[in-house]
Amino acid sequence: MLTMQFLVTGILTGGIYALVAVSIVLIYKATRIFNFAVGEMLALGGYFCYSFVVWGGLPLWISLPGALVMAVIVGALVERLVLRPLLSQPLLTIIMATLALSVLLKGIMLMVWTGYDVGFPKNLLPGKTVLVGMIAMSHELLWAFGITLVAFAGLAYFFMKTRTGLKMRGVSEDHELSMACGVNIVTIFAVTWMLAAVMGTLAGFLMGYRLALAPSYTPLLALKAFPAVIFGGLESIPGALIGGLLIGVIEGLVGGLIDPNLGEVSAYILLLLVLIFKPEGLFGLKRIERV
Amino acid sequence: MVREVVDILAVNQIEVFYHNVIQVLKGVSLEVREKQIVSLLGANGAGKTTTLKAISGLLKAEAGMVTDGDIVFMDKRIDRDLAHKIAKMGIIQVLEGRPVFQHLTAEENLRMGFIGSGGEKDIQKHLELVYGLFPRLRSLKNRTSGFLSGGEQQMMVIGRALLSSPKVMLLDEPSLGLAPLLIQGIFKIIKQINEERKTALLLVEQNALAALEIADYCYVMENGRVVMDGPADQLKENEDIKEFYLGLSKVGSRKSYKDVKHYKRRKRWLS
Repeated sequence: MLTMQFLVTGILTGGIYALVAVSIVLIYKATRIFNFAVGEMLALGGYFCYSFVVWGGLPLWISLPGALVMAVIVGALVERLVLRPLLSQPLLTIIMATLALSVLLKGIMLMVWTGYDVGFPKNLLPGKTVLVGMIAMSHELLWAFGITLVAFAGLAYFFMKTRTGLKMRGVSEDHELSMACGVNIVTIFAVTWMLAAVMGTLAGFLMGYRLALAPSYTPLLALKAFPAVIFGGLESIPGALIGGLLIGVIEGLVGGLIDPNLGEVSAYILLLLVLIFKPEGLFGLKRIERV
Repeated sequence: MVREVVDILAVNQIEVFYHNVIQVLKGVSLEVREKQIVSLLGANGAGKTTTLKAISGLLKAEAGMVTDGDIVFMDKRIDRDLAHKIAKMGIIQVLEGRPVFQHLTAEENLRMGFIGSGGEKDIQKHLELVYGLFPRLRSLKNRTSGFLSGGEQQMMVIGRALLSSPKVMLLDEPSLGLAPLLIQGIFKIIKQINEERKTALLLVEQNALAALEIADYCYVMENGRVVMDGPADQLKENEDIKEFYLGLSKVGSRKSYKDVKHYKRRKRWLS
């Protein structure tokens, strides 16, 4: 029974990891950039939501969309001010720039929201802990999981049905060819960063609601997403979802049944094994080669 | 030089540098008129693809720049514009080696070619036109395009370019790596596109015979310069073109050292 409990909690927590993972995957797919600032961007999104709720006294149905709008602005600014000037520079330079961005954002957060923990009021989202048999599911985790599923469904719709989504898929495959097809790839990059910031903000809000927000440890959530991203294969959005859930489960089971400290590192141990035996990840795009 | 009004694309004495140091084009001029098929011949490294990329604006993505001269399309200077803008104006380049979006389906690939603000109805109309031209693509439309055969991919790539109803199509070696029968088919379609849709074509080809066959006008490039130009039927009769590009020669099969030198001397006018 205890195993089931850890399993369910793991899956529900995994949803948040999946949101962070997909934020990384989106940017990687479109631009081949691994965004090391993802943790700070999601924390910033969480703080925006916190400010609307606590400082502004606004209800959540205004605050969360408000935070998402702020995220879109931040995403656009990051793309415009950090990434675009570096267009056609070596990839390593750009990845280093995202590292610098993470330090900068952390500094801004320390200045504005100080280093102390802040939290959302616990009754922000309605509901209470649900008991199924002997398994308890806290309402914030259920909300987190629900929001994750809705976000992924939205992404799937966006990529499969809209024209911008199709363009983004095209750009993720071939930049030159997309340009030849009349796609403004710089716009697509900007949209990608905005979308990634939105996904990160959702994760930041959910994590802040579950625990608390602090510039020191909220960004570390990204560290959980890295193995999820590698598991799923850097380029796969469904892979990010499954990878995130998998990390949640592994962490929950190992941490609950064996040792909480081992739980923290268990995902990385598995990550090493995956990298050794299946380097393209579990769901990475296979290179199509016609012989 | 008096320029006639029927020119829709004119390249005037352009020089192109890569990374600001490597000069690839040393003053290239050419014209494409309405409804015309113009072919650009030349050996590897002559600068044919660079010329096309200079026109379509793709050059800028690979650190290349038009440093001198200009490119005029429908009385507007375009050599400073970005690639997607040029595509929107109506110049579409079909890249060499028929690159496809491998993980997209054939129809999604075609849809990528649609530029414009029209709705789903517009896209359907354009798709129908392409399917009319390439009936085979209709049956393949839900296939992952990375798994299509070379000929099918070439059809799809040309179809994708047509989806935006370009005024000028720049074709870079459409026959590359295809079987002779398929090449014939592709050239037939190219001719058909030109006749039915009045699309002007600038065609880069290694297969000089086929290119001269369908072209109205022809330019020959060597070492970053245009060294010869003329109506296609005239060039076909030119002794040097025959020898160097069509592989027809009056010289017998035995080649002595003297002939080799002779070749070098003869070819010097070209470079």
